[in-house]
Order: sequence, then structure tokens, then C-alpha cells
Amino acid sequence: MITAEQKPLNEIIAYISPYDRILLVGCNECVTVCSAGGRKEVGLLASALNLHFLKQGRTIDIKEMTLERQCDPEYVEELVSEIDRADAILSMACGCGVQTIAERYKEKPVFPAVNTKFMGASESQGVWVERCKGCGDCMLGITGGICPVARCSKHLLNGPCGGTSNGMCEISPDVECAWCLIWERLKALGMENRYEEIMEAKDWRPAGGGGPRKIIREDLSL
Amino acid sequence: MKTESKLEKVLTSGALAVTSEVGPPRGAIPEKVRQKATLIKDHVDAINVTDNQTAMVRMSSWAAGVIIKQMGLDPILQMVVRDRNRLAMQSDIIGAYSMGINTMMCLSGDHVKFGDHPMANGVFDLDSVQLVQTVKKMRDEGKFQGGAEIKTPPKMFIGAAANPFADPFELRVMRLAKKVKAGADFIQTQCIFNLDKFEKYMEMVCDRGLDQQVHLLAGITPMKSAGMARYMKNKVPGMDVPDEVIKRMAGVSKEEQPEEGIKIAIESIQRLKEVKGVHGFHIMAIEWEEKVPQIVEKAGLFPRPVL
Repeated sequence: MITAEQKPLNEIIAYISPYDRILLVGCNECVTVCSAGGRKEVGLLASALNLHFLKQGRTIDIKEMTLERQCDPEYVEELVSEIDRADAILSMACGCGVQTIAERYKEKPVFPAVNTKFMGASESQGVWVERCKGCGDCMLGITGGICPVARCSKHLLNGPCGGTSNGMCEISPDVECAWCLIWERLKALGMENRYEEIMEAKDWRPAGGGGPRKIIREDLSL
Repeated sequence: MKTESKLEKVLTSGALAVTSEVGPPRGAIPEKVRQKATLIKDHVDAINVTDNQTAMVRMSSWAAGVIIKQMGLDPILQMVVRDRNRLAMQSDIIGAYSMGINTMMCLSGDHVKFGDHPMANGVFDLDSVQLVQTVKKMRDEGKFQGGAEIKTPPKMFIGAAANPFADPFELRVMRLAKKVKAGADFIQTQCIFNLDKFEKYMEMVCDRGLDQQVHLLAGITPMKSAGMARYMKNKVPGMDVPDEVIKRMAGVSKEEQPEEGIKIAIESIQRLKEVKGVHGFHIMAIEWEEKVPQIVEKAGLFPRPVL
């Protein structure tokens, strides 16, 4: 899923200070799962903002809404009934959600309340780790199910580099060396020989090097 | 011969090669490059010119290499894949070759985290193995990485690095094999302090016949103090400094420690000279270039062959 973290409150306040009526919009998808921008976080942020402005002797009107999916025009349409009563929109969705709103409601300023982080998996309660860079040409099938693009700090395709120690990456003793993991996995699978096959220079076009990416499914499009 | 490289000539002659390195200055100080190169020029066959080492901005390795070339010496252009994409690297290779540089090292480079621009984005468009492939393709096929033909291709003698000490040990020879398969002509290793482990590594290298396919130069670094030895053991990624070495350094007075460090370096060379598959030495005297002549002479590697 896409992970996110709430922005510092001061940054959010700076964005919305000039406005009196805010439409605060959460999303029921990824940001709900990683507890950054779901219904609960929308409520908490609204309270924090109300409190802040109250202390300054100012009341602002915050309308809370949480959409099923903010990156989907169909759901973003649900804001129509509220949009006229708002001076600005504060979105707690990932960057995709923020932009879907901006595209639909061109006359209203939209501000992000979270920083979109990465595509990750839940490692344990409250811990999310990056697992995919969306390179558009998945090589997990030949790297034992561990991604060197997302998990090697230098995204080496023929690693490990010389900086590994005790299975950890040179950048931090808390970061596992992806190539040590790949090697262990290949060994466990009896596929050691695969390591010596040179992985050729990667074509980065599907990874975004070819410009903004798009998927068109003829069978599904209207 | 694949190239005009002096290092290739020395290695092909069967003599033990000696290389050392010059770190370019953090400013527009060409004189500094000349000074450092002058200190070692008579005692080495070729001089590595580091490329933004430890991820700190310095004079570019090819520019410093040209300065060294203009002195009538033989620079080895180090190139890390961290700072440039494949277009920039290939154009620098053509540029360097056009200025008379015919030997290079293909490296990953330290992570930007360690340098003075930790906020920079590391490029890593290619990795070091793929850079070796690229330089070989340019030389042997006369083609760019992208496939187009090169008018008068650069003919580089291709080097790569090996760290026999990083984890996992069992993978280290395989990684070397991969670099050889990619097209490396010579290898310079990480600093060797754990000689027993290195000898074991070399046995494995020879068992696979890799010593017949690539020239391996053993990395030697003289230590200035027991403090430096401890620092390298604990802080430098992928470095293996055995406790005996630290003990030996700490066992003499502070004033005598530099001398002891030099002695260890010389003894290491003397022992490793006998190791099958070792075709030379790469002496990395970090900010201590003036000691290189003494080490080379006392290790019995002087005078250098004239070819």
C-alpha cells in the first residue's frame, strides 16, 4: 500500500490560516490502514486545529469528510455538495488523492496534510517498510522474492557492494543488506547459481525515466 | 594487448605491478595534484585518481587525471556510478581517453550519506558490474551502452574493486567472478589487514581459475596510529582489522606507531608477494603519500620496470 505520515501541525496551520472555512477530507484506503489520514485521523486533526485557532481567539469552520477513495473521481464527486461552503480543502490522502481533488475542483485551493512516503508493507504493529519502487518491470522472480531496487541503498542489480557488515547495509546498522537477504534466499531455494548471471543494465523507462506513466486498459475503458 | 595502458604492459610482462592513489583537492588547486603525484611518481606504475571519494565534492577525477597525464605519468581514472548516469559516464570516458587516459576503475562509490551532500540523490543508473560491461563494450565492440556505434572508440584497460572481507564471505569470490565475466582486466582489493583470511580468499580465487583471467592487486594501507586502526575496524564499512594488528600498533609508543604501521605494511607485502594469484599491490596511503616510496623500496618492489 501507499504509506503516509501527517505533516507537522505548524506547516498545516500555515497553509490554512488565511481561510475561515475548511473542508478536511480523509480517505478510506491506504492512509486509513497506515493511520495517517482515515476517518479517525481526520477527527483528531480537526480537533487539534480547532484548539490551535481557539487559543488565538479565532474560530474556523472545519467540515470533516472521509471518502471511500480519494484517488477516484467517482468518490471525489461526493464533495460537490460541500464545496461551495468551503474556502479551501485540506486533504489527508496521499498525493494521488490531493491531485484528484485539485483537478476536479479547480476554483478551490487544496493543501496536503500528509507527506506521502512510499509503497510499503507492514512489518509489525506500527512499523511500515519500503518494499517496492514501482519500477514497472518486476524482477522479484529472479531475485528470490526480495527487491534490490527498493531495498538496496544503491539499488545495485549485481550486489552486494563492499560496504556490507554482519548482513547490514553500510548506511545504517538498522538497515538489512538486500543482497545478503537475496543470497540467503537463493541458497535456501537451491538457486545459488542464479547469482552469477549478470543482470544487464536496467531500462528505467518503465520506472518513470520515460516520463509520467499511464496504464490504458482498452477492455475496461469507456 | 587490449590497450596502450602502462599497467597492462607491466602486468602482462609478469612483473608485480604497483599502483597508488591521489585524492584530488576540494578546490581549484591543480598544484596540489602535482605535489601528491610527484611524491609517488618514481615508485608506482600508475596512479589512481579518486572520484569524489567518501562522497565529498572534489576536483573531478578526469581533470585531476589529465593534470597527472600532463606530468608524463599514468593516471587510473576512478569512476563511481553514484554521481552520473550512463550518458555522463560514457562521455567522460571518451573525454578522458581523448586526453590520454587509458586505464580506469569501475566502482559503486560510497553512499552519499557519508559525504558533505547527504541530501543529494544517488544516481546508480548502472551498477559497477554494468559499468565494467559498458566500458568493455565501448572498447571491444565499438558501441555505446545503448547500442549505437562509436566513431573511434576509447580503449580502456578495465579495473574493478573487490572486497574479500565484506559479508557474506562465501559470496565474495562469486562477486569477483561476476566482475571478471563482465570484463574486468584487473582488480584492486580493499585494504588487507587480515592476511589469513585474504589467503583463504585467494585460494578460492585460484581454485576457480580466476587468477588466470584477471590480474589481482592486493590493497595495502599503512596505519598511522592505533587510533586509526581502531577507527577502521569499528567505523569503516566492510573493513576487517584483526585485534592482533590493533594490539601490535598499541604496543609501541605513540611516536613509534607511524613507523610500526609502515612496518606492518611492508611485512604484509612481503608475505602476499608469495601468494598465488597476487599480481601486484595497490598502496592506499591516505594523506600519507610521502611514505609510499619507502614502503615500495623496503618491500623489494623498487625500481619499477621500464617498459
